Amino acid sequence: MSVLAQITANGTELKSALGALGAGFAYGLSAIGPGIGIGYLVGQSVQAMARQPEAAGMVRTTMFLGIAFTEALALIGFVVFILLGL
Amino acid sequence: MTTPQFVTRLDGPAPERDIARDLVLKRALPVLPAILVLAALPWGLTGAISAGYALLLVCLNFLLAASLMAWSAKISLTLMMGVVLGGYILRLGLLVVAVVPFRHAGWMQITPFAITLGVSHLGLLLWELRHVAGSLAYPGLKPTTNKD
Repeated sequence: MSVLAQITANGTELKSALGALGAGFAYGLSAIGPGIGIGYLVGQSVQAMARQPEAAGMVRTTMFLGIAFTEALALIGFVVFILLGL
Repeated sequence: MTTPQFVTRLDGPAPERDIARDLVLKRALPVLPAILVLAALPWGLTGAISAGYALLLVCLNFLLAASLMAWSAKISLTLMMGVVLGGYILRLGLLVVAVVPFRHAGWMQITPFAITLGVSHLGLLLWELRHVAGSLAYPGLKPTTNKD
């Protein structure tokens, strides 16, 4: 009973702690996918530039835009992170 | 027998730097007043400041990514790969550092800041995409058409 009473008394703190935990997980997990995506994207782009240097300009352009689009997923995670309460 | 020629660095022009500069100067700056007004209508002056700060962070993020990529490409492709991946972590960290200390500041409103951050990043990118050439002849920005 005393444990339940403590949890009820500290309900606000528990809620904020869980919110912070959720925010941290949201940002951390959302950064994993773009990290893998950017790694794959850059690896393939470097391979393409090494094999066909005359296409390097176009590959770099596409790579930059691809990285920016992939990074948007991490930014959405960051937005969730700050909206959940940091 | 000829030895194979490998490219280990890129000495040519940096199209990503042109794209980032174009994105900031020709897309982000003209829409800045509209974003400030849209944020100020429901959230007031602090909302406008928060939205402006978010747009500033988005622009700095693009410029930093392009600068790092252009700098490292001139040295080595391997370094470029490392810098792009490390830069991703670095920029996410910088974003946290740029936001967390100000989260309880009087001028910061989280909702307009968060909305502007997400929407302006994707919106500016999609807008810029229309002005990027996808051909080998004109890598980077599309050449300006002469209407004479």
